[in-house]
Amino acid sequence: MTVTLAHGGGGRALRALLESHVGPAVGMDALRHDAAVLDGRIAMTTDAFVVHPLTFPGGDIGRLAVCGTVNDLAMAGAVPYALSLALILEEGLPLEVLDRILASAAEAAREAGVRIVTGDTKVVERGRGDGVYVTTTGIGHVPEGVDVGPHRIRPGDAVLVSGDVGRHGAAVLSVREGLGFDDAVGSDVAPVAAAVAALLAEVDVHCLRDPTRGGVAAVLDELATGHDIAIDEAAVPVHDGVRAATELFGLDPLHLACEGRFVAFVMKEEVNRAVDVLRTFGEAAEIGRVQSGPGRVWIRDSFGGERLLVRPWGDPLPRIC
Amino acid sequence: MRFVDEWRDPEAARGLARRIAERVTRPWRIMEVCGGQTHALVRFGIDRLLPEAVTLLHGPGCPVCVTPTATLDAALAIARRPEVVLCTYGDMLRVPGTERTLADAKTAGADVRIVYSTLDALALAESLPDREVVFLAVGFETTAPGVAIAVAQAEIRKIVNFSAIVAHVRVPPALEAILAGPERVVDGFLAAGHVCAVMGTAEYAPIAARHRVPIVVTGFEPLDLLDGILACVTQLEEGRHEVENRYARAVRDEGNRAAREAVLRVFEPVDRTWRGLGDIPHSGLALRAAYRRFDALERFAPQVGASRDAPECIAGAVLVGKARPTDCPAFGKACTPDHPLGATMVSSEGACAAYHRYRSVG
Repeated sequence: MTVTLAHGGGGRALRALLESHVGPAVGMDALRHDAAVLDGRIAMTTDAFVVHPLTFPGGDIGRLAVCGTVNDLAMAGAVPYALSLALILEEGLPLEVLDRILASAAEAAREAGVRIVTGDTKVVERGRGDGVYVTTTGIGHVPEGVDVGPHRIRPGDAVLVSGDVGRHGAAVLSVREGLGFDDAVGSDVAPVAAAVAALLAEVDVHCLRDPTRGGVAAVLDELATGHDIAIDEAAVPVHDGVRAATELFGLDPLHLACEGRFVAFVMKEEVNRAVDVLRTFGEAAEIGRVQSGPGRVWIRDSFGGERLLVRPWGDPLPRIC
Repeated sequence: MRFVDEWRDPEAARGLARRIAERVTRPWRIMEVCGGQTHALVRFGIDRLLPEAVTLLHGPGCPVCVTPTATLDAALAIARRPEVVLCTYGDMLRVPGTERTLADAKTAGADVRIVYSTLDALALAESLPDREVVFLAVGFETTAPGVAIAVAQAEIRKIVNFSAIVAHVRVPPALEAILAGPERVVDGFLAAGHVCAVMGTAEYAPIAARHRVPIVVTGFEPLDLLDGILACVTQLEEGRHEVENRYARAVRDEGNRAAREAVLRVFEPVDRTWRGLGDIPHSGLALRAAYRRFDALERFAPQVGASRDAPECIAGAVLVGKARPTDCPAFGKACTPDHPLGATMVSSEGACAAYHRYRSVG
């Protein structure tokens, strides 16, 4: 057996790799969430970025590397505190490209209110890298009284998205494959910490998750454990440019990555307040409910049909973040 | 979104379904020819809106699905050559050959790349003058013009390191083959709108007349499909058998003349083997003598053993409407999109893939 590109997608191949190789080797706890919370208060996470091309409509690998990690911290209910930034540079990379990437990393860190405090830089021979690979590690602190995680999801909870879905996936696909949607769709890559803080201040949030690789579908599939989730397809906000791209290429916006959105689970009594808070940040919407069941995700379409979400083996788009 | 939402209005769909129910007095079997139509029918549950008397049969119009295993085996053999970059559409990568898929070959080190257009493959050949770029060209008349133009361009621009495995097939001979048996299995056809957008409708008139079968050119959105079914049922109930264009926003009777001429200039009809349907006279397109030096099968003469399909796969019967995907004991068990036994489970236009994606019940 060898590693295939499917193992790097957001599908079940990745999960199988983690569960049968990475987990047993380093301890299963390391796999459970994107961010670990230590001693109940300190959150820690790490993320590696190999996106190609390095610059895409709406952002670049520098901005992505900062946002990805601070957003993972925010999903644990944590306030981001500090970041490390490690670079693997390929021989021949123009320094102005590096400067541009670093400038956008710094700008994203300012937006997120987080400092880059340490790092590492290595150079590999031409042909042994893809220009730049970036790894960021972040720490943050979870405020007193905040308890956010899958353990709090209950049947009856409402499922929200903080904005329209699939932009990052569509933008990267468009520019990488030369599909020409670049003008219509830019990546949504942005820190979500402010929206999360506003939501936590107003609502008892049960769980948060950022739909990056594998999109909203991967998040729902992972969190539908011990209960079912039913999604109303027509309620999921999708930008027209993303819809056009997915219709044309036979993709599903639910499977496309977002880099500036999150999925939130709240009590149904609080759903209107939660949507109101999030509407000041984006096109937030309630998209479904948690219901009792063995752990399936149902999608209701506008024709009244209902289907099970089938999570792909690999990613519909190889390597997007 | 314009040009999509107005064709997906659930209320209008129910209205059309009611009109179909009012019109029907006895059972009819209607075959949608194109896999894209099958996919939309299953995705939107159109078949469930119809009266019981109307049975939809899923046709052979999935180009990936009807490509014989032998063609894939030849492509695999060519891809193994170190100088070759094999390009094809994404759907082809996970279709099982006799022993492996193109995705397996890629993991093992072959240079296999996904392209969205034949012209991308041609541009790749220009940028890699030391390599041989081979395009695996599958598809119906819809995608044939793109390949024809790429080959013609390669000729004009003297791009000698480009070639194609031409596995293109034609719809009309396949309809003839389905109607050829002693027993009538289909009462009416929904012809594939995109194929007709290129080729026009003239080829279908003799088939409709000879076999006394209505052929309705139909689009791909829910209201297109219901409208096509209504037109087909109306003809059947009235005893008519005409070619009727219900996809006028995309299809002109003469088709797309420039595209059709490009196909005729570069390709000629030849006998071809289809997965599921067997040998069908004049059903394939091959490069004409003037362009034959771009034929990858001649250039590389790949040596392949006897090709065979997974014995438990019933894709052949599914492709001619004789079986439904759910009739297969392997469906969703030994055969899934992750580990497909046949192409109908891989392609986004394959009937088995559509049923698996939209009709799995856990």
